[in-house]
Amino acid sequence: MKLTGRTRVLVYLAIPLAMMSIVRLWSGEDALTSADTIGASLRLSIPILVAGMAGLWAERCGVLNIGIEGMMILGTWFGGWGAWQYGPWVGLLFAVIGGVIGGLIHAVATVRFNVDQIISGVVLNLFAFFGVRYLSDLVFVGKPGGGVSQSPPQTTAIPRFNIPIISGGEVFGWKSPNILLWFEDRGWFFVGDLAGVLYGLTHNLSWGTVIGVATVPASAWILWRTRMGLRLRSSGESPTAAETLGVNVIRLRYVGLLVSGGLAGYAGGILSIVASSYYRQGQTAGRGYIGLATMIFGNWRPIGVLGGASLFGYAEGVKLVASDAISTLFLFVALAAVLLMVLAVVNKSTTRGIVTAFVAVIAAYAYLAIEDVPESLTQSLPYFATLVVLATASQRLRPPAMAGIPYRRGESH
Amino acid sequence: MPEAQVGVPAVELKDISKGFPGVIANRDISMSVERGTIHAIVGENGAGKSTLMKTLYGLHQPDSGTIAVNGDIVTFRSPSDAIAYGIGMVHQHFMLADNFTVLENIILGAEPGKRGVIDTREAAKRVNELARSLGVEIDVNSPVAELGVGQRQRVEILKVLYRGAKTLILDEPTSVLVPQEVHELFDNLRRLVAAGTTVLFISHKLDEVLAVSNRITVIRQGTTVGTVTPAEVTRRKLAEMMVGSDLPQPEPRATHVVDKVRLEVKNLTVKRLNGRDVVRDVSFSIRSSEILGIAGVEGNGQFELCSALLGREPSTGSVSIDGKDVSHASVRERMDSGIAYVPFDRQREGLMLSTSLWENNLLGQEEKHAKLGFIDVRAARNACREVIKRFGVLTPNEEVPAFALSGGNQQKLVVGRTMSMQPSVLLAAHPTRGIDVGAQAAVWEEIRNARDAGMAVLLVSADLEELLGLSDRVIVMFEGAVAAELSPRDATPELLGSYMTGAKVGA
Amino acid sequence: MTSARRSLLDSLPRSAVILLSSLAAVILGLLICGVMLLVTGKDPIAAYRTILETGLTGNKLLEMLKRSTPLILSASAVAIGFKMNLFNIGVEGQYLFAALIAAEFASRISAPPVLHVLLTLAVASAAGAFWASIAAVLKVTRGINEVISTIMLNFISLSVMQWLFDNYMRDDSGGGLRVTTTEIAPSGRIPDIVEGRLNGMWIIALVVVFCYWLIVFRSKFGFRLRSSGLNSIAAQTVGIAANRMIIVAMMLSGAIAGLVAMQSVVGDEYAYGPQATPTGFGFAGIAVALLGRNNPVGIVVAAMLFGFLDSTSAVLQLSGIPNSIVKVIQAVVVLSVVIVNEATSRYMNRRTAEQTAATLRAERAAV
Repeated sequence: MKLTGRTRVLVYLAIPLAMMSIVRLWSGEDALTSADTIGASLRLSIPILVAGMAGLWAERCGVLNIGIEGMMILGTWFGGWGAWQYGPWVGLLFAVIGGVIGGLIHAVATVRFNVDQIISGVVLNLFAFFGVRYLSDLVFVGKPGGGVSQSPPQTTAIPRFNIPIISGGEVFGWKSPNILLWFEDRGWFFVGDLAGVLYGLTHNLSWGTVIGVATVPASAWILWRTRMGLRLRSSGESPTAAETLGVNVIRLRYVGLLVSGGLAGYAGGILSIVASSYYRQGQTAGRGYIGLATMIFGNWRPIGVLGGASLFGYAEGVKLVASDAISTLFLFVALAAVLLMVLAVVNKSTTRGIVTAFVAVIAAYAYLAIEDVPESLTQSLPYFATLVVLATASQRLRPPAMAGIPYRRGESH
Repeated sequence: MPEAQVGVPAVELKDISKGFPGVIANRDISMSVERGTIHAIVGENGAGKSTLMKTLYGLHQPDSGTIAVNGDIVTFRSPSDAIAYGIGMVHQHFMLADNFTVLENIILGAEPGKRGVIDTREAAKRVNELARSLGVEIDVNSPVAELGVGQRQRVEILKVLYRGAKTLILDEPTSVLVPQEVHELFDNLRRLVAAGTTVLFISHKLDEVLAVSNRITVIRQGTTVGTVTPAEVTRRKLAEMMVGSDLPQPEPRATHVVDKVRLEVKNLTVKRLNGRDVVRDVSFSIRSSEILGIAGVEGNGQFELCSALLGREPSTGSVSIDGKDVSHASVRERMDSGIAYVPFDRQREGLMLSTSLWENNLLGQEEKHAKLGFIDVRAARNACREVIKRFGVLTPNEEVPAFALSGGNQQKLVVGRTMSMQPSVLLAAHPTRGIDVGAQAAVWEEIRNARDAGMAVLLVSADLEELLGLSDRVIVMFEGAVAAELSPRDATPELLGSYMTGAKVGA
Repeated sequence: MTSARRSLLDSLPRSAVILLSSLAAVILGLLICGVMLLVTGKDPIAAYRTILETGLTGNKLLEMLKRSTPLILSASAVAIGFKMNLFNIGVEGQYLFAALIAAEFASRISAPPVLHVLLTLAVASAAGAFWASIAAVLKVTRGINEVISTIMLNFISLSVMQWLFDNYMRDDSGGGLRVTTTEIAPSGRIPDIVEGRLNGMWIIALVVVFCYWLIVFRSKFGFRLRSSGLNSIAAQTVGIAANRMIIVAMMLSGAIAGLVAMQSVVGDEYAYGPQATPTGFGFAGIAVALLGRNNPVGIVVAAMLFGFLDSTSAVLQLSGIPNSIVKVIQAVVVLSVVIVNEATSRYMNRRTAEQTAATLRAERAAV
């Protein structure tokens, strides 16, 4: 039975949910699909999502941006400072500006001077990391609650809201019923989990989150439906061809990198303004790189980045809110492996069948034998997940053809 | 774009000169192109034809001289200026974004729409109309990566017509086409010209030029030699103008094929990820003192065949060198068994451009010039000097980095390096690509001498003269399989062409 | 540039051009930092004067050499990767992991003095090579870019180390604030060359960087490694297996990386501890390798420069200038060097092409 398009996507989403439901009913552990976990996952996925979009904008115009982490760091600092001084919205604006500065440095180094793109990114990360420490030294030391590695706390936060009717949101002061919560509490198979997931996605939403998610359709529309978008993508697919058609590749690469920097800065701002209320050293914790992995996993398409970020966000959400439930995840992995094994047998691919059977056995053993995964190891879940995701997604990848290759004007001759 | 006036040449170049660091590409070039004609520009490799056309297209500015389009003197600062004057260029190496669709490639830079948003429907409509007028069938939404060479060229032409080009520049358009496709292209061009378009046609293929053009300008060593009509010249005369002397042709020599089989290939198959076999069940053998030529349009499996024989790509089937089975041997092991390879793409597969010539020459032969695990630099340098002398590589010394050499000299180094390994079996892919005429003859001589001394040669070439002149036997590859086997005497361009395009399937 | 100055530049040999450009880049970086200091209200002249005054004393110079030791090792590790076109950003995770394993090993065995140390160093190298090989295998089998995988492995290594340390390797017998592995017996320690100021590990670092040069630039294997890094396809075409090269190069890089913290573990603290063992050398090594252009002499000089700057940070702090400026200076210098290097390379390439063509024309005319 061949499924196409939208139905296929829905089916692919429904199957893991059903499996989660089975796991929940079997183990009695309901944290894995609870609204709290999903809500946390959504919040935590936004920095990764926007970081992934930052990577997408850069690579689509032809420049690898390893420096996303550094631009995010600038975003966290400028965001933390701006929010402390002027309030959260201005803070987000400053976060974007901070990221744009990083993007500009990267652009000048790689587009104007043709420095190796990876080296430029790595050096930018170093510069940002130490630069914000120096800035903190200058600005935060001596202020109440501030120090060399954190900013004083912000006094106001970005407002949150619930969606009316389905999630108990307020409509002109009237508190509406909460349909999804009702369903979640019932705990029925599949419906209960679906309700929990949807409730988590629609309640206690921050506007910062909404803006972050909005970057996905906005980017898709700009890059695939507008003139500038087509030309920007051509700078990454075939800059020599674009140049011969009068496209200003150099200028578009600058644009792409500045947007990339701005997005990365925004992602950082989310960390220091929405996910917490002050800047702290090390807040980014490698999310810039995870964002790059998300972009790769998403095959350089906005909707793919959204999917990847959900996955990583979920890993982070579980780690934060439901770390005791991680051992139950093993059960899910075992179940998934069994399913894949059945598919492999049907398709007569022996290697895949053996590998999945092996994974299923290990995961089942892990579930039965391990009560509690030690805290020190759960810390590494997102990074481990990144490697696993990249390892499985290696086929069918279609990066922009000339991303990473330096381009000089007039290079066609 | 100003209206074209009757009697005024479409394009007039006066005393154009253009130089690059280290070389003067064009010197005082003057020519006049009449509207509604096919005007050919001929010259050998490196004569300066491409540079001249790039100047006309605005990719760079001339150092001196003037360009006039329809009577107006113009300065093109970039291709967009040239496009505005109705000049469009189809490059020899297609400038297409593989991951984009045909439509996206065509409209890039001139997208229809309002306020920055692309009107896809309008774009598709316009492009389909153009395709119809050209007499071409194409699906505008297919990704370019899936198109064959002839189709890609049509996309390039459509690209140019879409921008309202009234003057088309085609740079070596037939170098990737097979005889039948060449006829189709010429038909398309005649249609365009009948409707008032002017075509500038760069080529070094004299027969084609004589067949299709109204006028011919000959360029030699950067400057114009003269402008003639096909009626006024013979092929020989043109060749003399181009080169200063007649084009060389490798003369078929009497072959003394010895009965010892040096390379035996049986049922060689190379698979690709998506299931398609890029080399299908190929079998042949080459004997000592024999040259086997492989004809075929680029992209029909010749490259992968060589890769598989070299051991660089996994394959099924059997390969033996001098009787020894190397089907599962690594590249290193096969090289030790006596196989060597002159690569298709010297820069991608053969050279480290930023390092010195002697280090490039050492590539693959470290074992030969090493003592106790360390490189014997003096011996390596001497070996390189030998190759430079024997193959006439033009370079001040062996320290110079490879990028400083011209393409032809780089090719000579790569060929020389391979030949000095004294292989039993030589895989030669376009061995004289980019090499000037004099050196071409020298390389052919080296190959022939080695052949006479017992070497077996697999020769892949798109240059039919080279192929037919050197080979003892010829096989044609089409879509990964052997389509036919012939002797050079029986192989005419038309016959080869039909095998190469699959129109005919032979023995 | 005026034509007179241009022709002077043209006549300088290649090494002189590179030296001049590196110098110019460093000065440019210092100038930019001076401007940054000025803009943020500090006195750059005073800062630089403090740096020079404190740094150029006998004791501080010894401290410079001591601080350069881990940087030399880290940069050599990174440089081997660069020569193979691999970006080993994972030196940080590799050296910390190796430090823990080696410290635990050294504290548990007993052996005669020199052998004890050699075994410890060997274990450290092996541990570093092992951790690096994970990224290599991921790249070769699944095509995962090593930049991302090594960075992920850095974080994972911290996690794994914390688990190992807390559960198995921690020594709480000492009591009090210092939390480390069991102390290593005297037979397993590397003595100081200048008591309290310079440790014998410095000599080992110099030996390592010399070996780096010997292997990469003079040996058959090194030739193959560099060829594979310059043009992987051309190398494969003559029988150099790309995958094997990647794994070997990464493991060599990891092996050297494993030694980075040995000065601390075996020369100073005689143990590993989350607070006792210094972090950050992984990234500093990348900066030093870039500054030193992957060249052994360059690496040693660049490491000394960084060590010099680091040695002055404490004094800077006392005189009212935040010592984090030292790291910023280092980062800006590297950024400026990287840009200047690129421009210089392009200039040198163009110059070589022109000069070659000119020479050939002259030869032809003379015939």
